[in-house]
Amino acid sequence: MSAVEIKNVGRVFPARRGGEPTVALTPVSLDIAQNEFVTILGPSGCGKSTLLRIVGGLDDPSTGEVLVNGIRVVGPGSDRGMVFQSYTLFPWLTVAENIAFGLREKGMPKSARDGVVQDYVRKVGLNGFEHHWPRQLSGGMQQRVAIARALANDPAILLMDEPFGALDNQTRGLMQELLLDIWQSERKTVLFVTHDIEEAIFLASRCLAMSARPGRIKADVPIALPYPRDYHLKADPTFVDLKMRMTEEIRGEATLVA
Amino acid sequence: MTTIRRGRYLRPLQPLPGAAKLAFGFLFFALFVAAWGAATFGGFVSPLFLASPLRMVQEGWSLLTEYNFSYDIAVTIWRVVGGFVLAAIIAVPLGIAMGAWKVVEALLEPFVSFARYLPASAFIPLLILWAGIGETQKLLVIFIGSVFQIILMVAFTVGQTRRDLVEAAYTLGASDLGIVKRVLIPASAPQIAETLRLVLGWAWTYVIVAELIGSSSGIGHMIVDSQAMLNTGQIIFGIIVIGIIGLVSDFLFKAANRRLFPWSLA
Ligand SMILES: Nc1ncnc2c1ncn2[C@@H]1O[C@H](COP(=O)(O)OP(=O)(O)O)[C@@H](O)[C@H]1O
Ligand SMILES: [Mg+2]
Repeated sequence: MSAVEIKNVGRVFPARRGGEPTVALTPVSLDIAQNEFVTILGPSGCGKSTLLRIVGGLDDPSTGEVLVNGIRVVGPGSDRGMVFQSYTLFPWLTVAENIAFGLREKGMPKSARDGVVQDYVRKVGLNGFEHHWPRQLSGGMQQRVAIARALANDPAILLMDEPFGALDNQTRGLMQELLLDIWQSERKTVLFVTHDIEEAIFLASRCLAMSARPGRIKADVPIALPYPRDYHLKADPTFVDLKMRMTEEIRGEATLVA
Repeated sequence: MTTIRRGRYLRPLQPLPGAAKLAFGFLFFALFVAAWGAATFGGFVSPLFLASPLRMVQEGWSLLTEYNFSYDIAVTIWRVVGGFVLAAIIAVPLGIAMGAWKVVEALLEPFVSFARYLPASAFIPLLILWAGIGETQKLLVIFIGSVFQIILMVAFTVGQTRRDLVEAAYTLGASDLGIVKRVLIPASAPQIAETLRLVLGWAWTYVIVAELIGSSSGIGHMIVDSQAMLNTGQIIFGIIVIGIIGLVSDFLFKAANRRLFPWSLA
């Protein structure tokens, strides 16, 4: 069974007073298999976040429906973890408490939570920072906590909306490798939105290119590069070819909105 | 380095070193007292209208030693704190409910906004009719003066909670009630505490007004008595005591907030 089935999902934002309605997403259909790492690439404003938020249950589609493991999405739930571009750690909770948030909502006792938290603190390389406040962390560290927080809940699907978009290039590269490591050991289905072509190819087992607004999927490209991947891959000729190809796909779209 | 130092006090937004900040704070108090002293000792103002600083201190001392003024101070503090705590107990939960649930807001917001503009002091005659001139009446004045302000300010704070934090909590499996208890409330707590600090300051205004009318104890009562005897020294001493209590309570509130919400400090 597909992990995620997106069936004819479209979104029109109703008109504000005196304006036109915004067609953010023309109906999109898409099947995502278990354990796939799908990246969605597109110029800004093309409806990537809208699509991801609909899968996450944070927004309702105007048409169509989303099935996650065969069950229709009607709202947000802990089966779909989400990492946002903005820093969304709870500032009043420490790193450890942030990671434990979902487990606590589920009613898991503290003793059991602690073990899971320790495990994920280690996986994202934040040993020693358990008792720090979010404001004491760099952007990259905050996003690592956000990833750990989403994963600790053991969701079937991880939804990521430009999670590294605000990071500098070096940190971004490291975070990409970290995410791939975790993905390989945890075997989650990942839906990852980005406007960075290199990032989209480097991470993906399958890369989707979206057209400019109103968004639709205009290319669906399997990325057959072997895992594990590290930064050397970015200089590989196959990678460079793919990058050229995706650039062509995106270029025309970007000029429409630039 | 010297080029950076030059004109440091003129550079916008440039923070001052702690010692300088303290010194400037004291300086203005000193200037104030100096101007007051010059006006009174210099004979520019009749002692009938304005006592000199020295006279004020003497009067204050006699108030404390002979007239048991510390009892009045304690009574006034008790009234402010009592009325204020009552208001907070009712207003904070209501404000949170109003901020969190739009139905509650739709129901209460218009009324509370209206009630907020009713001056607490205008209620005094009515409250005297209802509750006499005892403590209940004093507490009610402060209660009425504070409760609507707190409700509205808390509701606004809670309503302003970052949406992305709420959404993140939902994707982590939080229920609606979980969002209120474990996102909206902790996210708003520092600002709610700040609101309480502010409103406590206003409550001081109401208590004095309540004590000016129909009262047999309290700082306000002393001030009215002193007016009858044209003792401006005592009046000024009373006012200054209020100011000092205000400063101290503000300081305590700020210290408590720093301790309670270490995460919210920059
Ligand atoms: N809540 C909303 N109300 C109205 N228009 C919206 C709303 N959210 C997004 N949009 C519009 O929908 C389009 C797609 O937005 P979004 O999905 O955020 O794009 P992306 O994530 O690809 O940059 C944009 O034109 C945006 O202005
Ligand atoms: Mg977006």
